[in-house]
Amino acid sequence: MVDGPAPAVALQGDSEMSRAHGDIPLTLEVRDLDIRYGTEAALSGVSLEVRQHEIFGIIGPANAGKTSFLKALNRMDLFNSAMHVTGDIRFNGHEVRQLKNIYALRSRIGVVFPLPVGLPMTVYENVALAPRLRGIRNKSELDIIVERCLARAALWDEVKDRLNSLGSLLSGGQQQRLTIARALSQDPELLMLDEFSIAVDPVTTMRIEDVLKELRKEMTILLVTNLVQQARRLADRTAFFLDGRCVEVGETEDLFTGAVQDPRTRDYIEGRFG
Amino acid sequence: MFAETSLNARNKKVQGLFRMLFMLMTAMLILPVLIILVTLLVKGGSVLSIDFLFTAPTNGMTAGGIFPALLGTVWLVAVALLISVPIGIAAAIYLNEYAGENWFTRVINLAIINLAGVPSIVHALFGVGAFVIFFGFGTSILAASLTLAIMTLPVVIVATRESLRAVPMAFREACWNMGATRWQTIRRVVLPNAVSGILTGVILEVSRTTGETAPIMFTGAVFFTPFLPQGIFDQTMALSLHLFVVSTQVPGVPEDLPYGVALVLIAMVLIMNSISIAFRMYLRGKKKW
Repeated sequence: MVDGPAPAVALQGDSEMSRAHGDIPLTLEVRDLDIRYGTEAALSGVSLEVRQHEIFGIIGPANAGKTSFLKALNRMDLFNSAMHVTGDIRFNGHEVRQLKNIYALRSRIGVVFPLPVGLPMTVYENVALAPRLRGIRNKSELDIIVERCLARAALWDEVKDRLNSLGSLLSGGQQQRLTIARALSQDPELLMLDEFSIAVDPVTTMRIEDVLKELRKEMTILLVTNLVQQARRLADRTAFFLDGRCVEVGETEDLFTGAVQDPRTRDYIEGRFG
Repeated sequence: MFAETSLNARNKKVQGLFRMLFMLMTAMLILPVLIILVTLLVKGGSVLSIDFLFTAPTNGMTAGGIFPALLGTVWLVAVALLISVPIGIAAAIYLNEYAGENWFTRVINLAIINLAGVPSIVHALFGVGAFVIFFGFGTSILAASLTLAIMTLPVVIVATRESLRAVPMAFREACWNMGATRWQTIRRVVLPNAVSGILTGVILEVSRTTGETAPIMFTGAVFFTPFLPQGIFDQTMALSLHLFVVSTQVPGVPEDLPYGVALVLIAMVLIMNSISIAFRMYLRGKKKW
């Protein structure tokens, strides 16, 4: 309320800095990222780039630092006093840890976590929340956003008759799609999904995957997944994280067809560990 | 295979004994409440009437009703609430939603715990020193209510903080991740889901405040006054003090009068508590996650 609508121009405007890489603008540039919790290192020396409008996959076994990586991107380290981040993270050319307006940063990054969080308000309110935070009050405008976002998250048909029932009482899979719809309602430039399909049945997973392929035209997608095949189906490029390090980044097809590969990546992809 | 062995039989017997023991202890809880209520009803029920509630005491308080005291108690409780509820809720929101874990919040938490442990007579003397004398409010509803408010502040803070804490962290993080500020998150997600617990705490505070005697007897409540309170700078009679007065300080009071006063006092408290419990049950049924 008090903060008013986020100044959109400030972040979107200059993409000069992010055009460092040939002609493809970069959504994210990460250099020498270290993350630790207290004294325990979760991620060290990670450098990678995520291009605009690509689906960037991150695979790796548990405890590889994938989730910590996502948390650093939208400054979730501020929620946890034990979490310390050093290194360089540029989002559309802006160093995120020097941004004063973290609210504007977060509103541009949609986040979906493994366990669905249906906020304890109606389905409609769940999806209308982010637009309302942006200052949209007009009911018909909100209606349009809510329907579009729910439809894109493959949930509209199931909930269109009960938009006024509680979001937190939907089934697990529906809540996860509600979470995705909510992330989309932010109209984000970057959508981060962390193992979104854990609580979702295979059929719905496929539907969401189709949606993601579509969304890519409008936003950059960062997909953390423990399903190697999901990364293969969706990601243009994929990074393999292991024990807090980024072992390899490459075109997804290259990783899966055995071109330029670290042996550990190959072992993981072929299911020899993890 | 499922035939009962002697060990089974013994276990069953011991378990039955313990169950009985715990049940008896539980039943004993109800006894004092029952005895108090029945005694009051039997001995004081006869004086209860609309007139008793709505007329002033007469004949040197040996006859007549309790209206000035009843009205005074309502005044005292209402003013105390107006002071302690906003402060308590704001403090609890700060402590739970904004403040980090540091020496400052630890000191405040310690202060709250200690405030809750201060005997009410000490609060009374503090009230005299601070509000009656230092701030110059005199013995007045304002001074008495401020004393009551300070005394019950920990109740409001603790109840509010507990109900804020009961709202899962994941809801806040989901909201923050959308770019909401702390206040937007509190207003749209946290408070709507904590309001039931907060209200329950407030109602409990009312019932506690209603019965307090010591903190008000030097700060604003008087033995007897022929006037009804007109504002917060007036003195007033109060039900709890009135009960003390008619049962110990005034000669020649008919036996059933103090019982009647006690009955009204306890009825007020019980009614508030019942509302609180009913409210909690209603909201538990509507729990949103």
